[in-house]
Amino acid sequence: MEILNRRRFLQVGSLASASLMMPRFLKALERDNMVPPGNKVLVVVQLSGGNDGLNTVIPYRNDIYYKLRPTLGISREQALSLTDETGLHPALQGMKALYDEGSLALLNNVGYPNPDRSHFRSMDIWQSASSSAENWTDGWIGRFLDAQCKGCDKPVQALEIDDTLSLAMKGDVQKGLAFKDPDKLQAAANDRMFRELLNKHSGGHTVTDDHQPVDYLYKTMGATMSSAEYIKGQFRAYKTKELFPATELGKNMQTIARLIMSDISTKVYYVSHGAFDTHVNQLASQQTQLKRLDEAITALTKELKNNHRFQDVVIVTFSEFGRRVEQNAGGGTDHGTANNMFIIGGGLKQRGLLNEGPDLANLKDGDLQYTVDFKSVYATLLKKWLAADDAAILKQQYPHLSFV
Amino acid sequence: MAAIPEKLQMQHLAWRAGFGASPSIIEDWTHKKRSKVISRILTGPEKDAQTPLKVRDVSDLPDRNKSMSPEEKREVNRMNRQGIRELNLQWLNEMVQSEHPLREKMALFWHGHFACRTQNVLFNQQLLQVIRENALGNFAELLTAVSKSPAMLQFLNNQQNYKAHPNENFAREVMELFTMGRGHYTEMDIKEAARAFTGWGYEGDGSFVFRPKRHDNSDKTVLGKTGNFTGDDVLKILLERKETARYITGKIYRYFVDENPDEARINALADKFYTSGYDIDALMQHLFNADWFYDERLIGTRIKSPVELLVGLRKTVPVAFEKEEVLLSFQQVLGQVLFYPPNVAGWPGGRNWIDSSSLMYRMQLPKMIFYEEEFNITPKEITPEMGMGSYKVTMQLNESVRKQYAKKIKGVINWDALLKDYEKVPREKLADAIAGSLLQTNKHVSRQLLENYADASSRENYIKTIAIAVMSTPEYQLC
Repeated sequence: MEILNRRRFLQVGSLASASLMMPRFLKALERDNMVPPGNKVLVVVQLSGGNDGLNTVIPYRNDIYYKLRPTLGISREQALSLTDETGLHPALQGMKALYDEGSLALLNNVGYPNPDRSHFRSMDIWQSASSSAENWTDGWIGRFLDAQCKGCDKPVQALEIDDTLSLAMKGDVQKGLAFKDPDKLQAAANDRMFRELLNKHSGGHTVTDDHQPVDYLYKTMGATMSSAEYIKGQFRAYKTKELFPATELGKNMQTIARLIMSDISTKVYYVSHGAFDTHVNQLASQQTQLKRLDEAITALTKELKNNHRFQDVVIVTFSEFGRRVEQNAGGGTDHGTANNMFIIGGGLKQRGLLNEGPDLANLKDGDLQYTVDFKSVYATLLKKWLAADDAAILKQQYPHLSFV
Repeated sequence: MAAIPEKLQMQHLAWRAGFGASPSIIEDWTHKKRSKVISRILTGPEKDAQTPLKVRDVSDLPDRNKSMSPEEKREVNRMNRQGIRELNLQWLNEMVQSEHPLREKMALFWHGHFACRTQNVLFNQQLLQVIRENALGNFAELLTAVSKSPAMLQFLNNQQNYKAHPNENFAREVMELFTMGRGHYTEMDIKEAARAFTGWGYEGDGSFVFRPKRHDNSDKTVLGKTGNFTGDDVLKILLERKETARYITGKIYRYFVDENPDEARINALADKFYTSGYDIDALMQHLFNADWFYDERLIGTRIKSPVELLVGLRKTVPVAFEKEEVLLSFQQVLGQVLFYPPNVAGWPGGRNWIDSSSLMYRMQLPKMIFYEEEFNITPKEITPEMGMGSYKVTMQLNESVRKQYAKKIKGVINWDALLKDYEKVPREKLADAIAGSLLQTNKHVSRQLLENYADASSRENYIKTIAIAVMSTPEYQLC
């Protein structure tokens, strides 16, 4: 409680001192209501390049696995044992601990009909949540914003910790906001001329009319400037205690941790990790990438636990596809289809292995067959975690799962 | 409707039919008859070199074959990738310097319409040439040439389309994206059309080949017509449908005129397009000559694509970048890299270009370039398809890209043309004159505002800094 009070004090204090110089559109921020306790947060971690799911969650009792991966298969001894059948990649020690304490759920065989093996196309499908026959120009989180956030003056409900914005974050009307460093974002947006232009445009009021393209640009500019100021303020209000790894993902997770611990009204964070495209020398490169993932997620979950926020947060990982079951001649694997997803949180309703592992005896063209449509995962998160209208956002009703 | 000043009309024309033009050209046009100006824009210069853009010869690249070692294959990939980068820059330069900007603009439109990704530089080069050559020609010819290009046959998997196992991808996209658009055909039409395209492929050197043994020689029924059709027959059937003229015209209208389609205007244009036998030049002639094209409500309402923005900037103030690759980085962070459309449907355009971060980059771009500011923005992880090849190669590429970003943008900036454009303008009218010629719509960019950000120490510095300020506004994102 003490922390919270101090944080509120700092925030109000800094706003008060700045308010004399602050244009009216920024003052509107002060009215922002505090994040209610129990505010649910979703962190989406994109594993770019196609993570090899079979060497992430290892079916170490399966002969076919070792037969098709004579040098790439990870032995039972090396793997971190979850059950008699299944183990985790040795780099995932933090995940294993989360599994043991009941904060990790694993969903196997996630995919979609008519899988596409092209990185960019399959990533589009995952980010837009379209079928593989359609090309959608908006993303599932963007459409969540459209539904949640009509007339939001600060579109900070969905933030991507990156320099550019992913398709997943682009709605038809609303778009998420991308930045790597809140200070840099604010420095870029806080341009004197931009501010003067905006003041002329709106006289200090929030720009709401965006009928004309020029108004749309002014509106976006205004929203960016006020959001940047707001995000920076929130970011400053809290400093993490845990040691976050000095990797790119570690830094990004630290930014997410600081923001989650503030009073910001963000519901979804989006972050990418990887080069998982392991066509050659997979063992070493996947080890590196998974270790970085594990360390960053471990730091985030510790920070959340220490501050009693872990039950309000769900972290999910996904990749655009899994990889071929059979290893290739270069000590790697080629593009495949279905994959697993990690679901992490302090308030999961179902833990451990949520479904059967992949059926290696029943491949299609050498690839795993999906049993769970990823849109079902989205639908579950949207409806049961974020309390949104999943059928409208996904433009179809998908079955709900029970992990949250 | 208030009369639109002649000058603004011509600026509008110059932007929509190209990438903007200097004040002296606009001045020249205002003294001529509009229809004459349009004819000239359409035909291009008298001595139009029509030089093909070429970065590689067939002999520059080793033949890719199965006996190659993984290292050799990687090397070929690297050479291709480098070639595509050079082709990108060469085309971008052509857009800036061309004496026939409409052709390049039109080619940019077709580049998005016939969206295609291939890692083969020669295939890219060939398809680009097809598109540039036919950009203002006949759509039937353009469609046929594109459909028979190795790039498209490869991208849409028609090499894998044979009698025993038809692959529908090619037929589907030809109907959905290239000709009629969704809703005018059935799944059965696609299946049947796919059978007609069986046997279409290309040789190792990229030349089109029809392989009779792979072709399905039985009857097909496409859009109500039955016969032992070939791929050419199907294209003909598609062109006979008025929906095709309507679909293409609608797309051209949205690109060149207005995001919000006007059914009556589009239908009228489509009728003419259809009866002309798909003459693109004639269609554009009608479009640019229409009085409604100069309607106040349409001027300055189009959000420039990243490529248009970059080309426009460089036309106004030429810069010889020390490292030209920085232009690829700009394309990447702004969301439009030539030869890498997001998917088969091309770039969605319009408001889709704009989000918080992309708008901030756009407005900071002139300062970054002309003040040589730090450019510390990393684009998304380059997917292997953009860099192609192995994990390791991708990582190396990412590393080099990162290093490059950390550097300042260096270049020799040539202000001469801009300074000359305004040499006769009295000082007190400069700010308004510059804003007037660089902006198609102006809400708040006044002299009084601009002067707060100008360096008034000399006339030269004043012109430069005012121009940079104008180009850093929301209004400059529009044309």
